Amino acid sequence: MSGFVNAFVDMFDTATIASIVAGASGLLYATMGETISEKAGVVNLSVDGSMMLAALAGFVVAFETGTVWYGFPAAAAVGVAVALIIAYGNIRLSLNQVAVGFVLFALCTELSRFLGRSYVGRPPVFVPAWDIPGLSSIPFFGRVLFNHNVIVYLSLLTVAATYLFMYRTRRGLALQGIGERPEAAHARGIPVNKLRYFYTAVGGALIGIGGAAFTLDVRAGWSDGRTRNLGWIVLAIVIFGGWHPVRAAIGVLLFGALQAFALNLQPEFPSLSQVLPTMPFPAMILALVIVNWKALLKWLDRYPFLRSILRSDPPTAIGTRFDVG
Amino acid sequence: MSTRLTNLLLPTAVVLGSATGLLLLAGTNPWDPLRLIVEGSIGWPPFEEGTSAKIGDTVMVWVPIALAAAGLIVTFSAGMWNIGIEGQIILGAIAASWVAREVSASRPVLVALTLLAGAAGGLLWGLLVGVLRTAGGVNEIFGGLGLDFVAVSLTTYLILDPWRRSGVASTSGTDIFPDDALLPSLSGTRLSPLAILITLLAIVGVWILFRGTLYGLKLKAVGRNRRSAFLMGVPTNRYLLGAFMICGALAGMAGTSQATGFHFKLIPSISGNYGFLAILVVLLARFRAFWVIPISFFFAMIAVGSSQLDLRLDLSSTLGGVLQGVLVLSAMFGMGWAAFRARRKIAAGAGGAG
Repeated sequence: MSGFVNAFVDMFDTATIASIVAGASGLLYATMGETISEKAGVVNLSVDGSMMLAALAGFVVAFETGTVWYGFPAAAAVGVAVALIIAYGNIRLSLNQVAVGFVLFALCTELSRFLGRSYVGRPPVFVPAWDIPGLSSIPFFGRVLFNHNVIVYLSLLTVAATYLFMYRTRRGLALQGIGERPEAAHARGIPVNKLRYFYTAVGGALIGIGGAAFTLDVRAGWSDGRTRNLGWIVLAIVIFGGWHPVRAAIGVLLFGALQAFALNLQPEFPSLSQVLPTMPFPAMILALVIVNWKALLKWLDRYPFLRSILRSDPPTAIGTRFDVG
Repeated sequence: MSTRLTNLLLPTAVVLGSATGLLLLAGTNPWDPLRLIVEGSIGWPPFEEGTSAKIGDTVMVWVPIALAAAGLIVTFSAGMWNIGIEGQIILGAIAASWVAREVSASRPVLVALTLLAGAAGGLLWGLLVGVLRTAGGVNEIFGGLGLDFVAVSLTTYLILDPWRRSGVASTSGTDIFPDDALLPSLSGTRLSPLAILITLLAIVGVWILFRGTLYGLKLKAVGRNRRSAFLMGVPTNRYLLGAFMICGALAGMAGTSQATGFHFKLIPSISGNYGFLAILVVLLARFRAFWVIPISFFFAMIAVGSSQLDLRLDLSSTLGGVLQGVLVLSAMFGMGWAAFRARRKIAAGAGGAG
């Protein structure tokens, strides 16, 4: 029991919190991407595969060119390509988004294994660390927020930018409109399907960058299944986050904290050493049960503030097609 | 006629084209690997003498894929994405392993018990996904995935701790099960006629379910439009749970076949990813039961045959997985494209008449 408590207390030490923030960048990009895509009404179920293939592309390009920054546009391009296949299949050919997404997940996963074979174990290329001068010497916050690298800073900025765009701009309102009430948006003269293509592509680009953030920073290097299962976590966190960028970001950090907790527990329970690292995944699913629990939500209705924190309502038109006329 | 032909030819052409392209990229001529896949799975020329062990392996890979696919037709018809199928296969395997390790009885009784236990394990795991969905409001994709992770962790834990091998615990699996618990097979091969029979019965059963029973009809109604089915008096939640239970039971027997018919022990990757593969099979079969038989066999051939590629051609065995993915994706887009053109033609015709 004391081991349990110690493992929990250890999570609140500055170095651990800083490492959670540093490790969150890949998931932050990808969750923002998936949130944007689903807000527009298109579920990109391929994340687990497309993120992995993009992660490989990012690593390969950075490795071959020797310039780490080239990896990110390459990864983004892979993410965009996969996202556009889903958008085209759904919008133009009226195929089921989930079906196309699942097949692309399987295909991209296998492709990453097939194409990445000769890059397994190659020396990693790192994003260089860069402390923000001045800010990084602030006690606690300097270490936690300003003592990383550009990719981590940009991931935090991406969350802020996604939030501000979605809820504070006119175009953001249009984005919400095409996911909530496409007919109404259409009637207002908003080109629903054109924007869906656009935002699915933007989402795909962020998912791709998320993959590259793993292979070039968080878990630099390539091996079979480098980002395995993280894509599914992204999809779960988007729901947990109630399709809200800031809540989703909190979900990512919670997931990181769970991982750190499981890591801290390992020395205490050696017989569970193989099991503990996978525990944050089911824990995340349990969290979904809680945010969806009808009885709980009913009770919460009496407390509007709590309800607004915990509720998780999908965009009304998510996963459906919109046909003009 | 012409659309049906395009439906068939277009995906085939795309698959052959992309396979050739990939192989040329990988630096080999495209014919060798394809021949090796056939040779590694059913022999070249096919069904030559001395290939019975290979064919037995391929058939015993076909069994779990086809069983899981038969189950998935039921959940898909109910409008559910049962991605938890992997976990259901694993729990079936765990339950069967438990019986195989703990129970001693005569062989027929023990084999029947492992099959029943497998079905029960898968059924419960499937039911859990269903309950999460109907009572908890958790989308079945995520509930299922979460339970997949739990099932994998549980297997690893069992193998490393309570069921560890005598001597030293290792991730290579548990001890081999006693002979009496194994699915009876033809001598010198893994091929088990009983497993084939169960699989065929399951497929016929699913076909009958949707062709000749009211239950199947109502299940389909639930899948097509849950709200109107509910308004018509179908207890939708009960039907959804039923679909998950049927699928789970079939997947669980696939797990039994994996444990007592193929590996003869519990290993960490006991499901072999056949659950996900079965999803691809069902998408390709477009939810028609009998198409599951040949398509699953084709997928099993690729799965077994591509393991030869590593040994013989220095090509990755993952090529098989890539081909399967390309096949399903191109089939989907081929059919989607044909349907799109048909709709457009109708629209143009209506426009002309109007």
